Amino acid sequence: MDDLDRRLINRLQLGLPLVRHPWRVLAEELGSSSSELLDRLHALLEDGVLTRFGPMFDIERLGGAFTLAALAVPEERFEEVAEQLHGMPEVAHNYRREHAWNMWFVLGCPTVQGITETLQRIERLTGLVPLNLPKEETYHVGLYFPV
Amino acid sequence: MKPGLNPKQVLALRRHLEAGLPLVSRPYQDLAERIKADEPQVLEQMRQWNEQGMFRRMGLVLNHRALGFAANAMLVLDVPDALIDEVGQRLGRVPGITLCYQRPRRLPDWRYNLFCMIHGRQRDRVEAQIQALLEEHLLSDLPHQLLFSTQMFKQCGGRFAPSSTGVPRRG
Repeated sequence: MDDLDRRLINRLQLGLPLVRHPWRVLAEELGSSSSELLDRLHALLEDGVLTRFGPMFDIERLGGAFTLAALAVPEERFEEVAEQLHGMPEVAHNYRREHAWNMWFVLGCPTVQGITETLQRIERLTGLVPLNLPKEETYHVGLYFPV
Repeated sequence: MKPGLNPKQVLALRRHLEAGLPLVSRPYQDLAERIKADEPQVLEQMRQWNEQGMFRRMGLVLNHRALGFAANAMLVLDVPDALIDEVGQRLGRVPGITLCYQRPRRLPDWRYNLFCMIHGRQRDRVEAQIQALLEEHLLSDLPHQLLFSTQMFKQCGGRFAPSSTGVPRRG
């Protein structure tokens, strides 16, 4: 990753302009060309430095629902349960954390009812009872990572 | 002036956007072709969504690990209900805290009701940073724990747009 990659990532975290030729605007800002920037972005996605590019909807505003959930998975079953969750489209992130509650994942569904059903399905599938920790208040959201 | 997108096109646009923005020089033109609309209609719809605050984020999902932000810590605190708004707002303003939410307690299994995410390059520095900020805000006496992530299994945007039959689309 070189200086242009870094500047591109930092700039894209602020969003892409909603104009017909957004890459031209960025190319001008960054002193590059549209095709160069697109090539870089392709490569960053290919290498797994970025996992997604594009606007993301605020699901709650669309009537959808999110929750943070956790499972306390016996160590010997950890990989197996991670695999079971990986196959579910409702699971958006899944992290292992150092704690008795060692598996933490985000669920996203079109409805709150969908969250409840998905948690029940996880319980049936794994035999483990999830903690359901939906957000009650947001104090700060600011995912900006200067690289 | 052109009329806006019809509801079917709006839904189709949402579904296309879940996969991300096309990586081409004119992404909105590309999207317009896919939903049989015109570029200005797509741009107008997206500007509206943007103004209405429908987009949680406009740009990227980073793989923090690949970028060297290996120490992803979740700080959880058990804050008395009467103080939660004040503490949440204060911690939410601390540089380095990227997310700060109130979530329900689940007694007896889970007592913590305030969640903060902190990303850093080195674990010991993140630990020191959190100790310092708890002391600075006189919060060290509150029950709290620091949960470091050690492995990421999945990171994607999720799939939310209902399909035309009303059944969630399977990804």
